[in-house]
Amino acid sequence: MMLEINDLRVAFQRRNHPPTQVIHGLSLSLERGQTLGIVGESGSGKSVMSLATMGLLPATATATGSIMFEGRDILTMPERDLCKLRGNRMGMIFQEPMTALNPAMRVGAQIAEGLILHKGISRAAARTEALHLLEMVQIPRAAERIDSFPHEMSGGQRQRVGIAIALALKPDLLIADEPTTALDVTVQAEVLDILDDLVTDLGISLILISHDLGVIARIADRTLVMYRGDMMEEGPTERVLRQPGHDYTRKLLDAMPRRVRASLGGA
Amino acid sequence: MTRLPKSLIIGAIITAIMVGAALLSRVWTPADPTGMNIVARLKPPGAAGLFGTDQIGRDVLSIIMAGAWTSLGIAVVATVIGGGIGTLLGVTAAAKGGRLERLVMSFNGVLFAFPPILSAILLGALLGPGALTSIIAIGIFMVPVFARVTRAAAIQIWARDYINAARMAGKGDARITMEHVLPNISAQIIVQLAIQTGLGILSEAGLSFLGMGVSPPTPSWGRMLSESQTFLDAAPHLVLAPGLAIAITVLGLNLLGDGLRDLTDPRRGQNG
Repeated sequence: MMLEINDLRVAFQRRNHPPTQVIHGLSLSLERGQTLGIVGESGSGKSVMSLATMGLLPATATATGSIMFEGRDILTMPERDLCKLRGNRMGMIFQEPMTALNPAMRVGAQIAEGLILHKGISRAAARTEALHLLEMVQIPRAAERIDSFPHEMSGGQRQRVGIAIALALKPDLLIADEPTTALDVTVQAEVLDILDDLVTDLGISLILISHDLGVIARIADRTLVMYRGDMMEEGPTERVLRQPGHDYTRKLLDAMPRRVRASLGGA
Repeated sequence: MTRLPKSLIIGAIITAIMVGAALLSRVWTPADPTGMNIVARLKPPGAAGLFGTDQIGRDVLSIIMAGAWTSLGIAVVATVIGGGIGTLLGVTAAAKGGRLERLVMSFNGVLFAFPPILSAILLGALLGPGALTSIIAIGIFMVPVFARVTRAAAIQIWARDYINAARMAGKGDARITMEHVLPNISAQIIVQLAIQTGLGILSEAGLSFLGMGVSPPTPSWGRMLSESQTFLDAAPHLVLAPGLAIAITVLGLNLLGDGLRDLTDPRRGQNG
């Protein structure tokens, strides 16, 4: 098992108030090469779960339970070991392409920095690799765009750069936190297709977080439904969408436009 | 090619003239700024020298030029020292958060309670009046200003996803601060540096006006104002010259700060 989360509970401390628990005992597992979709509305704890998995929770958060990544618990791992693990073995694609890239750095340098840090390769070699990655995520005229600043690119292109950064070190586990939410519908489909192809080609395990069941249905093997920090249900995507076992999942499906529901297979 | 902001051009020209005059005064002035000539006292502009003469016959233009060196020198050094310490405190507080952040900001609150004039009087009692006292007093006043501005700006940057991406790449707090936070708050720091240098000039003039600044015979704009008060009716040029020098220099620095902010903003020109 690549990733196994057992009874994860995350609480945020507040000054002069008792801590607020935002995840109440979440358990899940993920096999190598598998895609797990996590769906739920805003505030359901999806993003906090992804940050906890990466060991990126803010200092005000406390996590209990265990997050075993290839047999080692992320929650008890020293920061130095986590630094080696992040980027190298795990990658993350963020929701908002506008804030996921450093506005003061050229995109090529942002892709290259992880390569220089983790692989110890030269700047020139990292730049070549960055160019290859930009071509892989289908950035047009990649050789020119490598020296662009993020604000010179469209939202879809920025998100592709985000994917290139996450894939630069060929991680074993990729977490995509609402990677298409901020994009136009047509660009959403392109980005999802690129992500799906790359994950399949590179044999990466993917956790895809979304509030959109249509996105989850498109590429996830298994689906986990969350609501206010609790796991509602988990199972093969087709089963969850066709025969939802929980009222909340049914409500999510009912909230979708009829045509989209029909395209999911008459759920 | 994108056009430079007008405020930058005007601010840079004014600042360059003032800095140029200050530097030139080190090697050349129309007359000796400390040389007295009682016969030619209180001459109006044009009658003796471009800006006239003061109550003891010194050339006003030469004193203004030499005073620019004193005022700008003290203001720039104090701002760089105060800005450096304040920025370090601000970005550290933003990076570490928690108890350290509260401690740093409380310390800033205490420093902020001391205006530069009060600090200078306290320091003057300990060290005696002079350039060093002015630099320390004004510099201390700058620390909390920079700490607050940089902390507020840095906190916003720390909330961005690209900071998480940098942590994913294996970078620590110090490196993230250097490579991701500081470049993205540099515009705010630059603007603040220019504005605070202007305030530093005002503070230095105030200290000299009160006799807490540099000692005579070192020329100073603030002391010129103080000494010329009694001749306001007879020789208004004695007040106008240092007054305008202070106002124009501060205006130039403020315009420069605004222009630099526009220039360093990476999103500049995005909307046309």
